[in-house]
Amino acid sequence: MKDYRSEVKMLAAGEYGLVVEFEAVISPRINALVQQLTKLLQHNMINGIIEAVPTYKSVTVYFDPLVIPRHQVVQLIKQLLADVKPQDTNKLASRIVHVPVCYGGVFGPDLEFVARYTGLSPQEITTIHTGKPYLVYMLGFTPGFPYLGGMSEQIAVPRQEKPRSKIPAGSVGIGGNQTGVYPIESPGEWWLIGRTPLKLFQPASSNPFLVSSGDYFRFFDITIEDYFTIRHDVEAGHYKPEESHIIEGDSSDYNNSTWLLYNHSG
Amino acid sequence: MITTIQPGYFTTIQDKGRWGYQAYGMPIAGAMDQYACRAANLLVGNNDHAAVLEMTAAGAAFKFDEEQLVAVCGAEMQGKTNGLPINNWSSFVVPKGGELRFEAATKGYRTYLAVRGGFAVPLVLGSRSTCTRAKVGGFEGRTLRQGDVLYVGEDSSFPVEEHKLEAAYIPNYTGSINLRVMLGPQDNMFSYDAVEKFFKSVYAVTNQIDRIGYWLKGPKVMHSDKADIVSDAMWPGAIQIPSNGMPFIMTADHQTTGGFAKIGSVIRSDLTLLAQASPGDTIRFCCVAEDVAIQALREEERCYDAIMRAVVQQQ
Repeated sequence: MKDYRSEVKMLAAGEYGLVVEFEAVISPRINALVQQLTKLLQHNMINGIIEAVPTYKSVTVYFDPLVIPRHQVVQLIKQLLADVKPQDTNKLASRIVHVPVCYGGVFGPDLEFVARYTGLSPQEITTIHTGKPYLVYMLGFTPGFPYLGGMSEQIAVPRQEKPRSKIPAGSVGIGGNQTGVYPIESPGEWWLIGRTPLKLFQPASSNPFLVSSGDYFRFFDITIEDYFTIRHDVEAGHYKPEESHIIEGDSSDYNNSTWLLYNHSG
Repeated sequence: MITTIQPGYFTTIQDKGRWGYQAYGMPIAGAMDQYACRAANLLVGNNDHAAVLEMTAAGAAFKFDEEQLVAVCGAEMQGKTNGLPINNWSSFVVPKGGELRFEAATKGYRTYLAVRGGFAVPLVLGSRSTCTRAKVGGFEGRTLRQGDVLYVGEDSSFPVEEHKLEAAYIPNYTGSINLRVMLGPQDNMFSYDAVEKFFKSVYAVTNQIDRIGYWLKGPKVMHSDKADIVSDAMWPGAIQIPSNGMPFIMTADHQTTGGFAKIGSVIRSDLTLLAQASPGDTIRFCCVAEDVAIQALREEERCYDAIMRAVVQQQ
């Protein structure tokens, strides 16, 4: 297999940043390298390194150049890269967070439109949308906003031309071949198919973010009654989302039957 | 306690910023002009994490219930205590029951008000900075409103006396600035001619400037091929060029990730100049190597040391 390490680029992000870039593509295989390097860095923080930001295909390391010169940061990255393994030789234990969603109705005002556009029924959209886990490639746009990958092309719809100015927190949307959840009220141009009662971003909590990049989302369908029950528990701090792990297999292979997942048929 | 009589145009509590959560999409926020913020904190003997007020374009007015040592740095907003003009870039005592009022900025764009002890608001993810877009930090995650009551915290660290900074430490906001830029990381997405044009042109600051970024207007810098990249990280000072060819410089509240090519980054020490630029001001970019940027950071640190030595109370 290709030696990804010979392809790594180290680019300057001003005087206090270093972009460690793997192949510039969106793929679970490349992103797994990003996640591994980020974790290694977080476990090997040295004085002067401020934080590491994983994205689709790169890790940007911010550092204080008056404390640690760039060449030492580069040296550290090179050492850590030696421990980054191509994914198929390293079965990563990724976390899957199970996210309840009330599809359609007032919470998913665009579900009917998405159904008409794709020629599917609303129930089929829901079944496909809940059908497999989605990799959290990175978080960005707003605090806790997950860039999810792996949605079926069957339910892809071009983004709205005019963004809505206020999308309620928890809204689940589809834009192009991407899907995601709006953690806070924000503008957005995705079609809204449902809403989760979970909070992806709780700044005052000891656990402010529901997921990290490298985790997976798996949506499951709930009734509107369930929505309010869970919402109540979330507000009271009693709800803990169910989690499972990839027990076997390569996480780039998420259509494969080697996935062992809890069954959330709703 | 300090009561907001008049909130100004866009007044928020800020500090050094909320570093450490960008991996979760959390903007850094923090004072747009870190130099003026730090100078104001030093003038009142605060540690460098103390929270200050950032006033934008048009200043606020406050009533002080107790005697309070304060400092004002940044844009000239013609501050007055009980009707008497104060010195910008200085510390002074507001008497018990006194009113401190600011007007619209005449030079520069953002003014920082520090109180000895810092403003007491809860730490959120390690910082008191307001990020209004995420409704996080500062005063209830928002800009100040009339009637908001602020309290003084415990972030002072050394004794000081009233002091006016020497001219050497006071920037001159001329309305025409030169920003030093390090190339990259996507300068290779532009032709040599396009990069040259970027550095030889004069850009105007548009009225689309806020804490997220500064949109500029001027000669278009076109990409050799496309403007889009696979989204990756952004940082304060990063100069994105979207498909319309106009530079967009990221500042404190910028998104942590973005999908347009970044031709270069304004060096950190020059972000203080950008933060004070107002609509209509002009900007020229000058290409520098990393050692110049680091030298500038060292000089900035020397300024802070010198200011501290000048303001500390001699026993």
